Amino acid sequence: MLRTRYATLCDVLADQARDDPQRRTIILINEDGARQIITVGELHREATAVAYTLAAVGIQPQELVLLLTHYSRGLLAAFLGVMYRGAIPSIVSYFSARLDSEVSALRVRDLVADSGARAVITAPELVPRLTELLIDLRCQVLNSEEFIADAGSTLAPAAPQSADAIAFIQFSSGTTGRQKGVPMTHGLVLEFIDTLCRVYPIRTNDVMVSWLPLYHDMGLITALLLPLLMEIPAVLMSPFYWVREPVALLRAIHEFNGTLSWMPNFAFNHCVRNIRERDVAGLDLSRWRAIINAAEPVRDHAMAAFWHRFAPYGLARSALKTAYGMAEAVLAVTITQTDDPPRVDWVRLAELQTQRRAVPASAGESGATSLVSNGTPLPSVTLAIVDESGATLADRHVGEITLRCTHLFNGYYRRPDLSAAVLQNGRFHTGDIGYLADGELFVCGRKKDLIIVGGTNIHPEDIETIADGVAGVQPGRSVAFGVMDDRLGTERIVLACELRPELAAEEPQRIDRELRRLVLQHLEVTLSDVRFVERGWVLKTSSGKITRSANRDKYLHTIAATEPT
Amino acid sequence: MTRTEIRDQLKAFICTELIRNPRFVIADDEPLISGGLIDSFSLAHIGVFIETAFGVYIPDNDLTVESMDTLNQMVDRIQQG
Repeated sequence: MLRTRYATLCDVLADQARDDPQRRTIILINEDGARQIITVGELHREATAVAYTLAAVGIQPQELVLLLTHYSRGLLAAFLGVMYRGAIPSIVSYFSARLDSEVSALRVRDLVADSGARAVITAPELVPRLTELLIDLRCQVLNSEEFIADAGSTLAPAAPQSADAIAFIQFSSGTTGRQKGVPMTHGLVLEFIDTLCRVYPIRTNDVMVSWLPLYHDMGLITALLLPLLMEIPAVLMSPFYWVREPVALLRAIHEFNGTLSWMPNFAFNHCVRNIRERDVAGLDLSRWRAIINAAEPVRDHAMAAFWHRFAPYGLARSALKTAYGMAEAVLAVTITQTDDPPRVDWVRLAELQTQRRAVPASAGESGATSLVSNGTPLPSVTLAIVDESGATLADRHVGEITLRCTHLFNGYYRRPDLSAAVLQNGRFHTGDIGYLADGELFVCGRKKDLIIVGGTNIHPEDIETIADGVAGVQPGRSVAFGVMDDRLGTERIVLACELRPELAAEEPQRIDRELRRLVLQHLEVTLSDVRFVERGWVLKTSSGKITRSANRDKYLHTIAATEPT
Repeated sequence: MTRTEIRDQLKAFICTELIRNPRFVIADDEPLISGGLIDSFSLAHIGVFIETAFGVYIPDNDLTVESMDTLNQMVDRIQQG
């Protein structure tokens, strides 16, 4: 329905602002717990002010504008305002209190240099330093707070565009040269939301509640765009706030009659482990009808523990759902499409690992493992599990997940080399490994050595490169990999390094700290385990390449196996 | 409980449970979160531990990187009750 009526996301909002400007579209919970209610009319006006300012400073349609600011009203208006100008917004992870702001600023410079961004919209305190850093890159630095003050304009959007224009870009995490931009057109986003809402109809009393960051596809689509387009309110809070105060999510569900949320698996564990009983007392979670677990491997344990913990507060078992997808297909390609809990498939571990087959086993049987269904494909999607030669495999045979869909991207931003590797004859190769059984998708792992921590993808080579640069570490003899941690509900990062011989006794502890500090500053993740291993421990292939899966197995069977968990 | 006892229990919890290395030596004034030793999710977990171990409830909005980054800061906060 949306598809036939609108060409671009801007058209939808402009229409709403004209027809029902007083509708409350966003309730923003600030870090101090204060609430801001934003109407469609206000959001439209503020976005329009941004669009006019961008035009005035010479930003042209389809030029890239990075948004680097607090989770705030200004960020929402800036995102939409850049689109109103016809330019391309990309939200970048904002500096957290843990990070050294100079290191972060230099990363922004790298991203501007790589991406050709023409402007950065940022918080006032970052304007002077970024201006200095970006001046020679012909990139303007604009103060995010100056638009709001100027929001009196009620003119229509400046640049209506076609459905094929790029609406926004999402950059993956990674160090210089490894950041991949996924561009999405207006038409593809509208097509996806239309499809999702046909499978999963939105009700008039639905309320989305989200703590997800907006620089991630799951946050941008489910927290901001879907509610906006489907005309339901969204209650939004900053991820920093939620990490500190996980009960804030449940309070918002209670207070605003929240019905829908999307979040990655670790969030279920964070709520179960770190919300105190006294803080939940009296909350009513009975209206929460869909909590969709996506963006990292889904664990049965996490969802079951979440339901047991919060069922006494009215949480329905049928609310727990799963999905699987990627930014390249806007967000999701499979989702739980029934009211039953996601199916749990018990299979024999030996056959899974050695024969790449998912042979059914009984629940809890020795030598068996369980996987949670990621749901069935959306009607817009055709999945195929393929072997290394590209041949399609039968049910319960494990291979790479590939897909075609009507909301698939056209390629990475300015990276035809990367695009050619994943898009073959219109079929997207996800790099994920899984199998189909009775139409349901089960994801088992990844072809590449990517580590997923709390929904964020980390490239192990970035960590190894940092290790190689630390004095005392033997260059080329470090390996990083992820190990699933069921207490946390996500992977934890292990870094095993060989050290140079004849180091002073106090050196290893200094190196340990240095590694942890640098990885945090550059990649915004914390190393869970730093291991100094003896010379020759790190396994390489005959051609001298690090094999991360072999090193992970060695770690699990030697080091981790001898320690209590 | 004395300051030293509180500190030692906290330190043991952080090294064993969060850093996962009981032999790790952390200094009392060492930045733990901004130093990359523990992540910000751990702060909420430390809040739960403090209530169980010392009977002190620290509201979530006091569990910030700025106010709970070092062992000294945590012990000070626990002693305030």
